[in-house]
Amino acid sequence: MTQQSVGTAGVKNNVNESVSGSWKRARRNGLGALYRKEMADHIKGRRFLIILLLVAVTTAAGIYGAATGMKDALEADSHFVFLKLYTTGGSSVPSYVSFMALIGPFVGLMLGFDAINSERSNGTLGRLLAQPIYRDNVIIGKFLAGTVLIAILTTASSILTGAAGFLTTGLLPSGEELARVFVYIICTILYICFWLSVAIMFSVFCRHAATSALASIALWVIFAVFVSLLAGFFAGVIYPVETDYQKAVNALANYNCQLYINRMSPYYLYTEAVSSILNPAIRSVNAVTVSQLVGAISGYLPFTQSLMLVWPHLFGLASLTMLAFLISYVKFMRQEIR
Amino acid sequence: MTEKDEMIVLSGLTRRYGNKTAVDHLNLKVKKGEVFGLLGPNGAGKTTTILMLLGLTEPDEGYAMIDGINCTRNAMEVKKITGYLPDNVGFYPDMTGRENLRFTGRLNGLNEKEIDPKIDELLERVGMTQAADQKAGTYSRGMKQRLGIADILMKDPRVIIMDEPTLGLDPEGMKEFLHLIRQLAEEDGRTILVSSHQLYQIQQICDRVGIFVQGRMIACGTIPELGTALVRENHYALELETQPLDDRLLGFLSGIGGVKNIRREGARLIIESDKDLREQVMSYLYENHYVPTHFRQKGGDLDEIYSSYFEHEEEEAHRHDTAKRGHGRREK
Repeated sequence: MTQQSVGTAGVKNNVNESVSGSWKRARRNGLGALYRKEMADHIKGRRFLIILLLVAVTTAAGIYGAATGMKDALEADSHFVFLKLYTTGGSSVPSYVSFMALIGPFVGLMLGFDAINSERSNGTLGRLLAQPIYRDNVIIGKFLAGTVLIAILTTASSILTGAAGFLTTGLLPSGEELARVFVYIICTILYICFWLSVAIMFSVFCRHAATSALASIALWVIFAVFVSLLAGFFAGVIYPVETDYQKAVNALANYNCQLYINRMSPYYLYTEAVSSILNPAIRSVNAVTVSQLVGAISGYLPFTQSLMLVWPHLFGLASLTMLAFLISYVKFMRQEIR
Repeated sequence: MTEKDEMIVLSGLTRRYGNKTAVDHLNLKVKKGEVFGLLGPNGAGKTTTILMLLGLTEPDEGYAMIDGINCTRNAMEVKKITGYLPDNVGFYPDMTGRENLRFTGRLNGLNEKEIDPKIDELLERVGMTQAADQKAGTYSRGMKQRLGIADILMKDPRVIIMDEPTLGLDPEGMKEFLHLIRQLAEEDGRTILVSSHQLYQIQQICDRVGIFVQGRMIACGTIPELGTALVRENHYALELETQPLDDRLLGFLSGIGGVKNIRREGARLIIESDKDLREQVMSYLYENHYVPTHFRQKGGDLDEIYSSYFEHEEEEAHRHDTAKRGHGRREK
């Protein structure tokens, strides 16, 4: 009797599988339901209001910065005006891009810092995993919902900034400018997703939400502030530039060493990438000697060349995101449910 | 018992954490429609056993099967037919009770159309209709427990596993809750495994109990069976209170062959012996015009069974540890 009913259920499943697409399969394994629930949780939660406020203030400040600094920037160089909306800051207000680089991580952290440990402390994890779903779908669903929200927020904020500039200046963006802004948005999404996966990673390792929040903020401070200090220090130790002779011999090596250490920080990686993609005048992200510049014609890099320049950065950010997610994934799959 | 009737089968199930063996070669069979109580002190390995039944922890040795499906290799199928109420069951505090149930329904791949009527029906059944649209964060322990039952029933399980379900319930809530559990087994024919260290409550609803200490099942059977097993293997203890209680009676009692010890607890005598004294003592009392005001053979209720087994086991485990670690002692 029982055997028979199991048999018919199996046949029904097979029919379903052949008829329906991947969405239905996702629903059966619970990924769809988990994603929906996470999304609803985020959007209905009070925390989301804080995130919205944060993004709104960032956008407003960015627009204000561009409005105040635009005149001077245009006098210096009147090409790619649309992009200057993003990169120009006023005398006291930083640009939209640097605002995002600082505030963006918080959005990721807030969306992820209690992803797993709140399930634990609420006592919902055991109940959740006793349902017929794959365990990895729990963490994938959380990451997916966070990523989609980040994508929506980032895109909305960037478009808003562009629209504000569009309204005030009346300038139409060119196709190349739009393409550059598009790559910028992708970079920003990747960057914030990195922080989301870092936050989720800490939420898997730490039992308390407060601990994981503090740990991820600490990591953010380290990357944003201390890595550049350490880079200078280590470069000075390895390639000292105290005396004139040392300066002559080690200057380039010292600079490169500093650069490479800095690039371990996703913060630096991101800022370098977006400033290169949004500023076609930047021709290289590495040190260029005077001899290399001899005979070079001053001009702007085409979009594809700029993209080539930041390709490794994009790749690096993506790998860091994957790495953090992979660690949390493996740890979560092997963890005891208690 | 035929193969088909065995809903839960554990065979040689073992789980180690480092040097500690949390579950040690556990064998158990639970019949369809039976309520089985897994009793033991905290840290006895009850939760580990349950997690292995759900495929959430992998056994080091042996296997667990539910309805003929291997719990480790085919955990998905097992989880489709098994409802699990964890100890300290929790719900998403920002979602209402109804929303929490709806989420569970979706996770189980239920049709959107059938979810809502089913939720209404189950809320009615567990008596949570009134509070269904409150946030789950405001629920009391008893309400969470009842919502937990509704949550389990969303998937219409054949087997229900509950971990310490009666912990922290008030007496009235407890009564209702136990009634509900019994109903699930009797009316719906579901198989239920309840783990607990609260003996009295479990005694009321279980068909059979297993006593579980330090990862080993040291006794298993119906409550009367356990009582007789205890009496047979251990010793008899007779509680006696008579009017009057004098030296002549004491003299007689100590004169009976097989009496090992007589001690006084208040107005009561406890006579320990290695055989049943009831007939002998009763006829003596009758012939000599003593009025028995209390006359009871100890060993009938679960608490005594439990504590006696537990003490016994501890002694033996201690002795065993010093000699040599092994197993097979459980098969009495």
